[in-house]
Amino acid sequence: MIKLVNLSMNYQGKQVLENINLEIATGETMVIIGPSGSGKSTLLRLIVGLVRPTSGEIWIDGQEISQLKEAELNQIRLRMGMVFQYSALFDSMSVGENVAFGLRQHTSMSEAEIAKVVSRKLRMVGLFGKENIMPNELSGGMKKRVSLARAIAVNPQIVLYDEPTAGLDPIMSGKIDRLITSTRRIMGVTSVVVTHHMSSAFSIADRIAMIYGGRIIELGTVDEFRQSQDPIVQQFIHGTKTPGLLARRRTKTEC
Amino acid sequence: MLVAYLEKIGRGMIALLENCGRIVLLLSDPEPFKRRPNMNHVLHQMAHLGVDSLPIVLLTILFTGMVMTVQISHEFIKYGAQSSVGGVIAIAMGRELAPVLTGVVVAGRVGAAITAEIGSMKVTEQIDALRVMAISPIAYLVVPRLIACMMMLPLLVVFADVIGTIGGYLVATLYSGIGSFTFLQSIKVFTVVNDVTGGLVKAVVFGAIIALVGCYKGLNAPAGAEGVGKATTGSVVASIILIFVSNYFLSLMLYR
Ligand SMILES: Nc1ncnc2c1ncn2[C@@H]1O[C@H](COP(=O)(O)OP(=O)(O)O)[C@@H](O)[C@H]1O
Ligand SMILES: [Mg+2]
Repeated sequence: MIKLVNLSMNYQGKQVLENINLEIATGETMVIIGPSGSGKSTLLRLIVGLVRPTSGEIWIDGQEISQLKEAELNQIRLRMGMVFQYSALFDSMSVGENVAFGLRQHTSMSEAEIAKVVSRKLRMVGLFGKENIMPNELSGGMKKRVSLARAIAVNPQIVLYDEPTAGLDPIMSGKIDRLITSTRRIMGVTSVVVTHHMSSAFSIADRIAMIYGGRIIELGTVDEFRQSQDPIVQQFIHGTKTPGLLARRRTKTEC
Repeated sequence: MLVAYLEKIGRGMIALLENCGRIVLLLSDPEPFKRRPNMNHVLHQMAHLGVDSLPIVLLTILFTGMVMTVQISHEFIKYGAQSSVGGVIAIAMGRELAPVLTGVVVAGRVGAAITAEIGSMKVTEQIDALRVMAISPIAYLVVPRLIACMMMLPLLVVFADVIGTIGGYLVATLYSGIGSFTFLQSIKVFTVVNDVTGGLVKAVVFGAIIALVGCYKGLNAPAGAEGVGKATTGSVVASIILIFVSNYFLSLMLYR
């Protein structure tokens, strides 16, 4: 379980997150939406301890991590995987080495066992047999999938996704959405997904949280979200302030 | 005018000292240094670094030894001191020229390469990915490079000592008309072991400076591709300045 209590973050005096309270249950898929620059990535970076909050608490499975030393944090990070917005693959290593990296560093598995796990994870993301390709030969969508395979190689209990579908075509986006869902189903992971795409959010989320101006302005299930009366939420879902506006405008110009 | 200029120098000095402080902070957490470094990485870095730099180091020092000998023998012969030329060249090489010039050349090549590599890892979030995967970037990236630089620089300086003196020997015998025996004998008479070992001690320090500044600048590269470029230039400039400054104090300590 992930629990954020009164979490605030500012960078050199610039307030990015303000009093965030959020609880994410084990096995749940929480989608975070919000305009760019609203602090979504910052929220993920706080959860993995890449940055420290200005104030507030971050609880991961009953342990408060915001004041932990890097070495102690590393113990907790072993249970987490993260898919970065631009994949962040190690570009000096092949696809196979990227996926194997965590296993080589943290387990005493033999090379044969590692190769088996790598092959299985690559199959899961639809990249079976692509071990020897270098990251710079991959398309954006393939990089994202390798990044996911790397994140789940060590069987984490929590997987964080930073805009996994940004910059991808709709077909690839759909594929990634299904991967997120199947990863959750197969491995039972808790997922936190930051996204811009409302269609993604609606298809994968158990609950959605919307961040705006550093605060969570709406939190609820997909249905609750669709029916939200908040004009900002409506604008984000439909691209306009009120759902009917676009249609009305269109009929006007047609007259 | 003058005040503004002095202010600019002052600001530069403060920035440099601030950087030094932060580099020391880089070392403040002893945790990553306790773990046994990955020898594979160290060896890889050593090969990379040594092979990359050897030709340009040799070329630089060879010509420095040669031009030094042209100037020195010209002046010394005027005063009938040609029997000192070999010794002076060898001492200058061993104590100052070989370590400092090797340091400068390696700072330009290896220091820049380290910053560019780590800096591009930083701006593409690969450093963050390492940390999320519970790997200390200090242990994984900095320590192997630090060890490799501290071991390879003295090795390069040994080559530099030899090639610099050979350059001097060639010019002295073929151009300046100093006898081969006179040149070699003067080296024997003037130099002591410390002339070489002191230079090697300096080389170890310079190696540490190059690796630490290179890694530090890379790990703190500002976002964007131009950030990496800026960090790389900054890394070379800072290492070279630190090499010259520390060289002065090392000379005071080593050659009293
Ligand atoms: N390391 C940092 N230093 C200073 N400001 C930052 C840093 N990271 C993010 N910010 C600022 O924090 C705000 C939120 O950034 P981010 O969390 O990346 O937003 P999002 O992912 O929602 O687009 C932005 O205005 C950004 O400029
Ligand atoms: Mg972001």
